[in-house]
Formats: sequence, structure tokens, C-alpha cells
Amino acid sequence: MSLLEREAAGVAMTPDNIRTKQLPLVVNLGVALAAIVLSAVIVLGTGVGNWVLVAVVAVVFYLVGLYFAASRVEGRRAAKNRTMQSLIYTACILAILPLASVVWTLVSKGVERLDGTFFGSSMNNISARDPGGGAYHAIVGTLEQVGIAALIAVPLGVLGAIYLVEYGRGRFAGTVRFFVDVMTGIPSIVAGLFILSFWVLIVSPWFNDGNPRFSGFAASLALTVLMLPTIVRSTEEMLRLVPGPLREGSYALGVPQWKTILKVVLPTALPGIVTGVMLAIARAAGETAPVLLVAGGAAAINFDPFAGNQQSLALFVYQQAGDASRYAPARAWTAALTLVALVLVLTIAAKLLARRNKLSR
Amino acid sequence: MGDNPSRSVNATAGDLGVTNNGHAQGAGSGMSPSSFEPPLGGGGALPKKTRFSMETGFRGLSTAAGSMVLVIIVAIAVFLVSKAVPALQDNTANFLTEKTWFPNDTEPVFGIAALAFGTLLSSVIALIIAVPIALAIALFLSHYAPKRLATPLGFVIDLLAAVPSVVFGLWGRDVLQQPVREFSVWLNHYFGWLPIFGGEGPFGQSIMLGGLVLAIMVLPIVTSLSREVFQQTPGMNEEAALALGATRWEMIRTAVVPYGKPGVIAAVMLGLGRALGETIALALTLGITFNISFNLIQNGGNSIAANIANTFGEANSTGRGALIASGLVLFAITLVVNMTARAIIYRRREFRDSAA
Repeated sequence: MSLLEREAAGVAMTPDNIRTKQLPLVVNLGVALAAIVLSAVIVLGTGVGNWVLVAVVAVVFYLVGLYFAASRVEGRRAAKNRTMQSLIYTACILAILPLASVVWTLVSKGVERLDGTFFGSSMNNISARDPGGGAYHAIVGTLEQVGIAALIAVPLGVLGAIYLVEYGRGRFAGTVRFFVDVMTGIPSIVAGLFILSFWVLIVSPWFNDGNPRFSGFAASLALTVLMLPTIVRSTEEMLRLVPGPLREGSYALGVPQWKTILKVVLPTALPGIVTGVMLAIARAAGETAPVLLVAGGAAAINFDPFAGNQQSLALFVYQQAGDASRYAPARAWTAALTLVALVLVLTIAAKLLARRNKLSR
Repeated sequence: MGDNPSRSVNATAGDLGVTNNGHAQGAGSGMSPSSFEPPLGGGGALPKKTRFSMETGFRGLSTAAGSMVLVIIVAIAVFLVSKAVPALQDNTANFLTEKTWFPNDTEPVFGIAALAFGTLLSSVIALIIAVPIALAIALFLSHYAPKRLATPLGFVIDLLAAVPSVVFGLWGRDVLQQPVREFSVWLNHYFGWLPIFGGEGPFGQSIMLGGLVLAIMVLPIVTSLSREVFQQTPGMNEEAALALGATRWEMIRTAVVPYGKPGVIAAVMLGLGRALGETIALALTLGITFNISFNLIQNGGNSIAANIANTFGEANSTGRGALIASGLVLFAITLVVNMTARAIIYRRREFRDSAA
């Protein structure tokens, strides 16, 4: 006679006693209600704070009360489980609040200047008292700078990833891989200072009669420094996902390695690579600090990225935010909305493309 | 062009029709062209290896591209040092201990002490706020939320990581500042006896505001990295814990957290690296003062990066050098933080491919 049967003798197995006891939902809600009332009485009664403090104290009371109620009914371990779960849910709600506020502010304040003038004119000859003005020059600048940066960074990054996956062996490749990862963490302002000291202060005087000169191209170089490691990393991951038999099949047909890479490996990994590139571009488009340091910002339209100050959308937001004009905040928010829209469209497109990618982990 | 497929036995078939003049006759006939060295393992059918082929060219090109990363990192250090040294030589104060920042005077006086302190303080505050919440969200996404909720929510978190920092800075200054000011007044009223909440005001543009904005910016990064790590916990470990009668929280504590610990540490360090280098959000929210104070709520606070963005416009040659010198310090700090994080990740190779 087994232990189980001996203990179960004389006990009818009903759904009530084979399951552990659960805290009824009513009790849970009751605890919540009691916590809110108690906290409101304490906080508002003594007058130490407003409804925010009521909510905070209520959450604390609820968690403590839930723990005690549950440990009476379900036992200590289950009570702890329940409390931790509530804590995790609370943290999620807490985190969503500010993020929702960012989105809400962005949209509600951003639509104020969302008009044709904003997208069709620059800030040239717009003084502090003028309500008009727009971000046309900044949009042009962002597109040119990010475009040039992508033109430099994409071939370099894809080739670097090809080296890491297809050719790199041993210590040197390991070092390169490590520093690619380290380089992802370089602050954007340091990249800006690097291009400032390298390109603006040392190289650009050669082309400009000995005077250092800001330019959109310098901003592109700084953005390249920031995009390169991201592109190398994402491309490397994608290339590694290309099945080995595909390569071997190509080798078996007598195709040399470089042609295998160009005609078999890269096309297979292409959607993933494009995704990574788009994410890198989206990140670069939002960078302010390097553009501030090496492109300088401008009020007028400048189509030439190689000569003279250029504006960018992110820098436009920053400069309008620091402007004393009472029309500046509206311009800043609309530019911020435009920038976020640009970045999010790129990011979402990249993610959707990634979903269509047949290679996956 | 020495287009020579070194492994090609039948080049006309294998070369996808791009064969050119060089070896068309040698490769197809199956007989080896006269070679001074026996080809490696080719059974004599391999064509001669010319000195330069597309293969070596492409290999060289990609190797050069790969080493560009090392070149750039070294170049950053070299060029920053070369521009920083003249300014440091002009400095009439000790760069490491001086708190004020007057590099544009005729007798330049500037030092990194207050800036470095502000950078560290704001980043640490950001991490103290962000990390527990980020870990909670990561656990929620990986172990609590139903899949139908977790996938879109994870997608939204990834999107938030892409929102430019200037937007968060603008939001912090225009929207968050008012509640933080009220909260600071409240803290000062009831907890003013604590040094960190003391002072007579004005409040608002404080280290606390900067730290909160930084926390909101760091949150998505730490969340998405640690979520990936948590998701990689072997199902066996989780099921074993549950089979032993563990509650869900006990399962997380005994199976998920120990497994994910190195990855989480690395994620936190990467978040720290991002917080240390954050420029524009802090330039917009901090109240730019040059002193060392643990007071969290009074107007004040500064950071290396924010100082660069704020004072770059008025800087002369020495001033620029001074800013570059401070940037060099920031570069060194973030390099150390990032290298430590990466070293932790590399020690656990399982995380290498995910925690990018």
C-alpha cells in the first residue's frame, strides 16, 4: 500500500482539496480598495502631499497587504510569488507612463507648426519676433549628411563583416571583433571631437586657404564613425546565418571564394543586411552632438555638403530649444516630431523587412 | 586583371561566365599549366596561382576594411591627444583637480573635477532608477506576459531605443521639469535635513531631472538586452525548477537570474556607457554649474559631454583644446566601461551573438 493511498484513505478527492488554496479575486480587489482608502486618509488627512503621493503610498500598502493576505491563505512562498508578480506589473506601468507622456507631448505640441511653411522655408532672416520659419534647410542637411555617411559606412562595414566571417582567423580577427563591439559604445560627442580635431582643424585648412571650415561632409564623417560598428555587427550576424552547405555547394562547382561571397553569400543575407543598415541610418539621423561640433548649424539653406556650415534636423531642435524667441518652442517640437517620424519610419520598415527575412536563428 | 579561380577545375562551367582571357585555355583542359611549386592538394589539375588575383585583392580589401575599426580607435586617441596637449600645457591649474572652467581667458584655468563628478553622479542616479525597472520589464516580457502582448511591447521598447536623445532632452525640459520642481520642493520640505535634499532652491534644473531623463533613455537599452538574455535561459532549467514545485518567482530566482547574470551585468554596463556619453539631453536639462555637490534637487549639475555642447560655441583655440581634453577623459572612461562589459560578455560565449 503506497504512501499516497494510505494518506488518502477516507478522504474524498474533490477539486477543493486536491488543489492548493487560492486567494479569491474578491479579496485581492478588497485589499486594493482598502489600500487606496487608507492611503488617501493618511496622506490627505495629514496634508503631506497630493494625489501622486496617495497613489505611491497606496501601491506600497497594496503590496504589503497582498503579501499578508496571501500568506494567510496560500502560504508564504505563494504570497511572495504573488507580490513579486504585482511588483513587476507595477514597474511596467511605471515605465510606460513617462514614455507615453513623451509620445503624447510630441504629437500634441508638434502639430502646432506642422504646415507648409515649416517644410518649405528655412530660418534665414527670421528674427526672434517672426512667427514663421521652417526646417527645410535642416531636412536637406540631415538627408545629405546621413546619405554621405551611409555611402561611406555601408561598403566599409559590409566588407569588414565579410572579413570577420569569411577570412578572419586567429588573434587579429578576434581583436577586430572585440573592438567593433567596443566601438559601438563610443559616445557620439567623442566621435564629433575626433572629426573636429582631425578633419575640421587639420585637413579642411588644406582646401580652404589655411582656415578651418565647418562642413556637412565633416558631420558625415562623424556619423560614419558612429554607424560603422553597428553595420559591421549586424552584417556579421547575418552572414553567419548563411548556411554552410550553400558556400560548399558553390566551392564544389569551382567558384572562387570571392565570387562565392559576392554572388551567393551576400544575396542570401541581403534582407538582413539592409535591416541593419536602416537601423544604423535611423540612429545616425538622430545624432545632435557631432553635427553641432563639426557642421556648426546654419540658418540658411546650404546644398553643398563640402563647404560651409550646414544644419541638421536634430541640431535644429537643439538650437530652437535654446532660442529665446517665443515662437522657437513650437518650431522645436515640430522639428522633433518630424525627426522622430523619420527615424521611426526607417526603424519600422527595417523591422518589417527583418520579419520577411528567411534566415533566422 | 589576373582573374584566377584557384580551386577551379572546370572554369567555364564554374565561373558563371565571367572567365576572361587569362586562363581560359589552362583551366578547362584539366591539365596543369607549368608550375614551379606543386599546388596544394589539387591533384595537378589546379591552375597556377598567379601573384595577384581577384581573390587576394578581395581578401586584402576586406581585411583593410576590418582593420579600419582598429585604425579609427587608435586615430581617435592620437588626434584627441594631439589637440589636447597644447591646451593642457597652457593650463595654469591642475587639470585633474581644478573645478572651474575658464579656458578662454588669457591665463586659462580649467579642470575636469566638477565635470567628471557630475557625469558619474548623473549616470549612477540614472542606473539606480532605470535598472530595477528595466529588469522587471525584461522579466515581464520574457516570463510573465502572454506572447500576444510580449511581442508588440518588445517591439515598442526597441522603437523607443531609436528615439533621438534631443527629443528626450526637450521633453525633460518642457514637460518633466515642472513635476520634478514640485517634487523637489516637497522633498526639501520634509526631508531637507538630509544633505542630498537640502538647500534653499531654486529647484528644478537639477541633477535629479537630468538623472530621470537619462534613466528613461537608458531603460529601453537595458530592457532589450536583458530580455534577450532571459529568453535564452534553457527551458530545461526552468522546467526542472517548476517540476520541483517552485513557484514562478522561485523559478526565476533560481533558474533565470543566475543564468542571465553575466548578460545582465553587461547590459547594465552598456547602459552606463550610454549614460556617460549622453550629451544633448543633459545639456538641455541640467542647470550647468561648476561645483562638486551631492545635492540632488537644487539647480545645478554638469557633465563632460553637456559642457562640450554648451561651451563649444564660445571657445577659442585653447578653449577647444580644453574641451577636446575633457572629451579624451570621457573617451577613456567609456572605453574602460565598454571593454569591461564586452569582456564579461565574451567570457560567456552564449551571449555573444545576442547581446550586441
